[in-house]
Amino acid sequence: MTERAGAEASALSAELCMSNCITFRDLTLGYNSHPAVHHLDGTVRAGSLTAVVGANGSGKSTLMKGITGILKPISGECMVSPGTRLAYLPQQSEIDRTFPARVSDLVSLGLWPRRGLLGRHLAEDREAVANALSAVGLQNFEKRPIDSLSGGQLQRTLFARVLVQDADLILLDEPFNAIDARTITDLIALIGRWHDERRTVMVVVHDMDLVRDHFPEALLLAREPVAWGEARQTLSAENLLRARRFHEAWNENAGWCASDDILAPQGPALGAGGSSRSRDAA
Amino acid sequence: MSALYDGLIAPFAEFGFMQRALGGAILLSLSACPVGVFLMLRRMSLTGDAMAHAILPGAAIGFLFYGLAIVPMTLGGLVAGVVVALGAGFVSRLTVQKEDASMAAFYLISLALGVLIVSLRGSNVDLMHVLFGTVLALNDEALTLIGIITGTTLVTLAIFWRALVAECLDPLFLRSVSRLGPPVHFVFLGLVVLNLVGGFQALGTLLAVGLMMLPAAAARFWTSRVMPMVLLAIVIGLVSCVGGLLMSYHASLASGPSIILVAGAIYILSTLAGPRGILGSRIRPQRHRTA
Repeated sequence: MTERAGAEASALSAELCMSNCITFRDLTLGYNSHPAVHHLDGTVRAGSLTAVVGANGSGKSTLMKGITGILKPISGECMVSPGTRLAYLPQQSEIDRTFPARVSDLVSLGLWPRRGLLGRHLAEDREAVANALSAVGLQNFEKRPIDSLSGGQLQRTLFARVLVQDADLILLDEPFNAIDARTITDLIALIGRWHDERRTVMVVVHDMDLVRDHFPEALLLAREPVAWGEARQTLSAENLLRARRFHEAWNENAGWCASDDILAPQGPALGAGGSSRSRDAA
Repeated sequence: MSALYDGLIAPFAEFGFMQRALGGAILLSLSACPVGVFLMLRRMSLTGDAMAHAILPGAAIGFLFYGLAIVPMTLGGLVAGVVVALGAGFVSRLTVQKEDASMAAFYLISLALGVLIVSLRGSNVDLMHVLFGTVLALNDEALTLIGIITGTTLVTLAIFWRALVAECLDPLFLRSVSRLGPPVHFVFLGLVVLNLVGGFQALGTLLAVGLMMLPAAAARFWTSRVMPMVLLAIVIGLVSCVGGLLMSYHASLASGPSIILVAGAIYILSTLAGPRGILGSRIRPQRHRTA
């Protein structure tokens, strides 16, 4: 590639970075017609780093599943811009720890987007796996069986797999659960690196101080979006209080939501909190 | 030396039916044992058993119309197995019911239907034949069929190997990067049915599961990687077949159960002596490393 073509390509990618990576349009996600994410509107810019916060049951994990497409919307839309390569680290991974696999086997799964079902894993792929492992501080762990890893080591291994996936959009669901402080610092640094590389990252986090210190943007969920925008502003005392009023109690007989309501006016693409329509409209 | 020859080689060298039995058993081991390893790793060991019952009505319908003929019974078994596998799979994927329960429901219906159909015609001897097979009576037709099934299984496993491993190891991850997860599950169930159907001429519907599961379960105690486990399971399957056939020849025992019992003996031995078995994990090393 000539230098000029390279410059053009980077200009193009800069332009792409300004575009939206994910667009929610009146998105309602849930289970058995009970919403877990209610009427979410807004966009996630490409290259942004967003913390998703909220109480238990406020719809954070559900939103992640909705973005990956594992959970289909009840109504509305969740559009991920076409061609986006996605990496998803679920809260409760369904990894079978008793499966006879080594650390390198688990991390190599991350090569799937590149090599697929039949593509041979090349020397450069093995190198990518080794580099990813050393980036998360697990040098020479390739041959360890996965059932011999501690919880924190497994989490680092999964981060290494995300690294290998080389994705444009990275979704991490409570990646810091039961992780010691030093490891959190390492993983936060890694997330910062992804942000610097202009990847779009969304992380479900419970530690508010962590969000204030390390995340530029935050989305505060309480089934409906309470606030969405600059992290410190979003996590203001007032917003947190509003979010706290939400209770996760699941009312079996909750009335039907008048979802045909006129859409509430939307603010700017970013920072437009959710409209506060009652689900007990009846 | 000649005692050794008489004991181990002569039966196969001198009798055509023993050669056929050996050939069929080798083909079945090559094909069913790897499938068994994946069944075990997916914690679906009992699914093999359920599927073996499930193919009965199909085989029985073939038997009802054509008598003891291999092609109709095989095709019938294949159809019944696929119907039950798909039915159980769809119920578990579309409702809250897990696959173990839906599989149990479908195979019980299927088994009852099968026994009913067999009892419409034929004596108990025929039923015994369907249930327990006769490896010593394999004809060319049956051998060809088993050969085709072995080829199909090995090619399919080679193609879908990576997806199968991913689906066992981290199904949610596979779903996030590929749409292959659900199809792979059904392809795999198809292989299970195919191998059970292949095995039932030789070993009968019930013992076919034995050759699938026992070598796999035994291999688990010796290694902690998938590929060596598959190869070891095949070796254990082959040893069981040869050992079982010789045992049945010399002691005039039923061939199918003999093969399975040899595999069973290897399993028991492995649970005790394998590095990941009872003794291996109980004996504490006197020394430990610094890190």
